[in-house]
Amino acid sequence: MSAYGIIFSNIHDSHIPELTRLRTIASVPFACRYRFIDFTLSNMVNSNIYNISVITNYNYQSLMDHIGSGKDWDLARRSGGIKLLPPNITAFANPYIQNASNSRLDSLKSVSASLSRIKDDYVVLSDCDVICNVDFTDMIRYHQETGADMTIAVKNVEMTSEQAKSNVIFRSDESGRITEVIPYPADFSGEADISLNMIVMSTSYLNHLVLEAQTRGYTSLTRDIIARTSGYKNNRIYRCDGYFAAITSFADYYKHSMELIEKPWVRESLFNVKSRPVYTKVRNSTPTYYAAGSAAKNSMIADGCFIEGTVENSIIFRGVKIGRNATVRNSIIMQDTIVGDGAFLNCVIADKNAVIRDQRMLSGAETQPFYVSKGKMI
Amino acid sequence: MYKKQECVAMLLAGGQGSRLYTLTEKTAKPAVRFGGKYRIIDFPLSNCVNSGIYTVGVLTQYQPLQLNEYIGNGQPWDLDRGQSGVMVLPPYQAKSGADWYKGTANAIYQNFNFIDRYDPDYVLILSGDHIYKMDYAKMLKAHKDKGADCTIAVLEVPLEEASRFGIMNTDDELRITEFEEKPKHPKSTKASMGIYIFNTSVLRDYLEADEADPNSSKDFGKNVIPKMLADGLKMYAYPFRGYWKDVGTIDSLWEANMDLVGEQPIFDLRDRDWRIYSRNTSEAPHFVGEYAKVSNSLITEGCTIEGIVENSVLASGVKVCRGAYIKDSVIMSNVTIGEGSTVNYSIIDENTVIGAGSVVGRAKASGEKIAVIGSDLSIKPATNIPSGEMVDAAWLANENKSKN
Repeated sequence: MSAYGIIFSNIHDSHIPELTRLRTIASVPFACRYRFIDFTLSNMVNSNIYNISVITNYNYQSLMDHIGSGKDWDLARRSGGIKLLPPNITAFANPYIQNASNSRLDSLKSVSASLSRIKDDYVVLSDCDVICNVDFTDMIRYHQETGADMTIAVKNVEMTSEQAKSNVIFRSDESGRITEVIPYPADFSGEADISLNMIVMSTSYLNHLVLEAQTRGYTSLTRDIIARTSGYKNNRIYRCDGYFAAITSFADYYKHSMELIEKPWVRESLFNVKSRPVYTKVRNSTPTYYAAGSAAKNSMIADGCFIEGTVENSIIFRGVKIGRNATVRNSIIMQDTIVGDGAFLNCVIADKNAVIRDQRMLSGAETQPFYVSKGKMI
Repeated sequence: MYKKQECVAMLLAGGQGSRLYTLTEKTAKPAVRFGGKYRIIDFPLSNCVNSGIYTVGVLTQYQPLQLNEYIGNGQPWDLDRGQSGVMVLPPYQAKSGADWYKGTANAIYQNFNFIDRYDPDYVLILSGDHIYKMDYAKMLKAHKDKGADCTIAVLEVPLEEASRFGIMNTDDELRITEFEEKPKHPKSTKASMGIYIFNTSVLRDYLEADEADPNSSKDFGKNVIPKMLADGLKMYAYPFRGYWKDVGTIDSLWEANMDLVGEQPIFDLRDRDWRIYSRNTSEAPHFVGEYAKVSNSLITEGCTIEGIVENSVLASGVKVCRGAYIKDSVIMSNVTIGEGSTVNYSIIDENTVIGAGSVVGRAKASGEKIAVIGSDLSIKPATNIPSGEMVDAAWLANENKSKN
């Protein structure tokens, strides 16, 4: 049994426009030194999936820079390894580019030639905006044992109607076979199985579906494939436990980042799962220096930082400098950002390479954190 | 066929480092952990790469397992290369017989076939025992500019310490006129750093001659360099200015670690144009808890800090439990400091667990000596380890016996 990984790097970019203005959702920084895609890639590598294609549509410079040769995930390989699939722009007009859609099905259609060459038995399709540490091996085994046509990872959750709006709900019979698909319900609250956007199917079935989608002009994987075929195909759910953070909005991004600090079990279930480390681009930063007079508590802090001030309940990325008498509270400070002496930050998300000058006071709220864009000086 | 390299580096990493006692019981000195996320050998390796030298032979002998594993294919230092890269060179069995490396010169002699593959014009000899950042390309340029046969990097040391080193006496042009090993009455303060550049052909001739000499102890400092000097070869000193530390003793290892700590540390690793590379451990970012207090310290990935840490260096994966207090100490990777324990002026090697309520070492201010605890030990709760102790498995067994 061998499996091939396909990752959609631009899906749901629009959910967090602040952070995806200059990057794909796959390359959104998270948890001090990771990018969203690190979790997906690590899950695949830890499940012995060493052939991976990352489908990109636009804005993928930061993603290419992050992945490089794939060496940090053990994916720099002569045979297989990681491959970035940018849009297929030919000398002739390409209908899929002109439509500039980034739906999963359109993306798959645009790389169908590449898909038809996959030699592995199964494919695992995954988005990047669900943060988790899972083993795909079990899911693929379940898929084989049940003889399913398609297996979709779900999590059973209790939702408010607001939360339900951004989720796809699956109803299934006792055996786990999908009977009904309710995408983005306008009015639903309560308990339901929601999609984690990770799908297993055989490679031949994927190629069949893509071909069918090309001939019939289908554009949505959820609506035109999953929902349409669930009546007569063996589409099954695979229930996952453990921690899953679906990042569906800017506030969500903030909330799930803060969970890393507030809930030790969240850190444990993401980073301390035996035999399943999370890999990322190695930056060879020095250890972090805490000056005399600094006061850090309840915070997750990466290497390469220089901390002279006070840091509380915050996520501090690599290479950040926190000045003397500065206070950073309930905030997320991304790579190489400088917080000046005496500055005061509360509920702030500062993107990479920003500079908060001395004595500045910035404050947002838990529900609406104040965002400092990449490279901005305030 | 191999591509020609202008300069090949040969890194002597076979040293036992016996004065580091329990820290080098199971590993070679170059593999000893340093500065939170490094090992000593990361420094010469990173210097090579940053100086544009991509062909490095690492000569191992004593306890090479960890060192071999650590170097691997050289990936962390960008030395996993097709035409060059890093190569571990252990002693081997040849048709004429099997030999350990009998001395530094003999180690290079036995591996001249490695050097010859790249047909280099110059050979750079390094040692895996020192902490420093140095641009070897500048030294090579000086070597070429002078038209030297051999160039030796030297460091200005205080006159009163000069008698601990090999001292180079030079003329105004920096040409070496005399070499004295640990002189009682030093005439100069230029101490050899154990870094040599030779023209390949000169080195070959002298190593062959040295090998044939039954009275030689096959050592660069004792035999090869004095012989070259006696023959009137063009030998120059290359003065190095900057931080350089031989971490051969417990005290110097502790000091070198502490030299990294500070707002403007004596030895600053934060230079992004001269990064020190090391093998990555894929651990999560560190976490400082509700009751943590960290000051003037270096902390790295995988640590969980719930106690108080002052003037210390913590390596990856160290757990400091609530109420624990660490001061003036070097804690190596994956050590756990139990609840309410106090660790003062100590070095604790990797994977050791200090039971709750223990007292390790004594305050540095009291003029006490460093306490050293070896790797993979489990110290029972409420154990008292006085200053200056070298704790290993035997020490613990003895301690248990005396209690019973």
